Amino acid sequence: MHPAPSVIVFTTLSGLGFGLLFWLGLGLPAVTGWVAFVMFAIAYAMAVGGLLASTFHLGHPERAMKAFSQWRSSWLSREGCCAVGALVVMGLYALGAVFLGQTWTLLGWIGALLSLLTVFTTSMIYTQLKTIPRWNMGLTPVMFLSFSLAGGALMAGQVRLAIVLLLIAALVQLAYWKQGDMALAVSGTNLGTATGLGDRGEVRAFEPPHTGTNYLLREFVHVVGRKHAAKLRVISFALAFVLPLAILLLTILANTGHHVLPFFAVLSHLAGVATSRWLFFAQAEHVVGLYYGKH
Amino acid sequence: MTTLPGKTEKKLGLVIDLDTCVGCHACVISCKGWNTENYGAPLSDQDPYGGDPSGTFLNRVHSYEVQPLATSDKPHPAAQLIHFPKSCLHCEDAPCVTVCPTGASYKRVEDGIVLVNESDCIGCGLCAWSCPYGARELDQAEGVMKKCTLCVDRIYNENLPEVDRVPSCVRTCPAGARHFGDFADPESNVSKLTAERGGMDLMPEQGTKPVNKYLPPRPKDEMDQIDVLAPFLAPVAEEPAGFVGWLDKMLEKI
Repeated sequence: MHPAPSVIVFTTLSGLGFGLLFWLGLGLPAVTGWVAFVMFAIAYAMAVGGLLASTFHLGHPERAMKAFSQWRSSWLSREGCCAVGALVVMGLYALGAVFLGQTWTLLGWIGALLSLLTVFTTSMIYTQLKTIPRWNMGLTPVMFLSFSLAGGALMAGQVRLAIVLLLIAALVQLAYWKQGDMALAVSGTNLGTATGLGDRGEVRAFEPPHTGTNYLLREFVHVVGRKHAAKLRVISFALAFVLPLAILLLTILANTGHHVLPFFAVLSHLAGVATSRWLFFAQAEHVVGLYYGKH
Repeated sequence: MTTLPGKTEKKLGLVIDLDTCVGCHACVISCKGWNTENYGAPLSDQDPYGGDPSGTFLNRVHSYEVQPLATSDKPHPAAQLIHFPKSCLHCEDAPCVTVCPTGASYKRVEDGIVLVNESDCIGCGLCAWSCPYGARELDQAEGVMKKCTLCVDRIYNENLPEVDRVPSCVRTCPAGARHFGDFADPESNVSKLTAERGGMDLMPEQGTKPVNKYLPPRPKDEMDQIDVLAPFLAPVAEEPAGFVGWLDKMLEKI
């Protein structure tokens, strides 16, 4: 798949933003006043910024409102509805916390649930696609949710919680890569089934339909970027998990209340998750590539 | 709602005969010609006369080479070249319909044709992501999703002579490799062709239940006698005679 910057920015930022909103909704930390204002501002900037970025790749963004209508059948529509619901409920909760010094617990829980549902529905947009075996796995939503919860806890300053969740997310990431590398072969789809000619012998793409490129090749067949995939996995894993975990352990050992070190942990995690998301798209093989003899 | 209809009255679709397709791309051109100036937004081209041309097509023809595995009977089986037209298969369980967030994508209850209501399409591209066949292309000029309409503006069009009320690709094909009809009717031309020739689904494991069927190619190096008079004709020359015969004998001796 083409790793479009808009979807990478969207899934990375909104995943972390809604993760932070989840913990804020649960009252971890239970903040009010100016501190609450800053934390909610960061969470909203990430969640809303990510959602806005996702509209950049639309052919007709002015019709985006129509996308809320098909929640009964479409995961993309459900995601839109959940996102708006989460932002509205958490907005009310934030108003109480920032301006009234109130903690409306029930509202916070509902908002937290909707935030988590938003991340889940985002992941299901990718998981539902049988055409991309690497995404069509139970581990895809597990990965999105574990990343969001871990990143959210990290940003919410929940050090001990973040350590446990980062460890879980790291294991999920490794399992996702391991299973994903076999997914296309396991799916059973190949040029033989694509053309229906597989039982006659070995099928080879002889000539493409056009000498030039086309929308399908640009959108679905991205093989160039996979060259450095192995190195990028190491970089992504180190930035997203190893470095933040080391920093968090250091802060516990040093017993400092400083925000400087955790801030770098957040930055490192953000860069690592973005790299992982880039790989999520760039390494995903769409079966239509088979018709063009690619993969 | 972009849920799929439980059942459609008709199942209109195509049979594509891989045995007779000659790979001329006439269907590609006639499809682009008809559909760029009729239903919906035109099919745009980008840089059509420049160094990097590309454009929107609803039908494309691939070519594949199949190399049969060697057996004891045939140690060197001949490879076969197969031209492979591909357009929307109007699936019964079309994933492109259910993923649509706006309801722009739908499958018609009356005839099973999968269409896009372009005024509702936000151009998110998710339907193209969900299609295993590459049947949908986002038009780069209009920003809306384009796909085969089964020439819905021809097949019911009473302003056209009856012979033209079939999809443009079917009407154009000089080899008769494309057939249009109703698969819900077991007596239709397409149902009979599918039954007689072993019509097959593409990527059945994807669970899309495509309506369009492909007829497998027959091996070209072991065709039955096709001329009914051939057995009655005397062989022209089994053994070379005259000068060629003498030359043949001389060369054998060397």
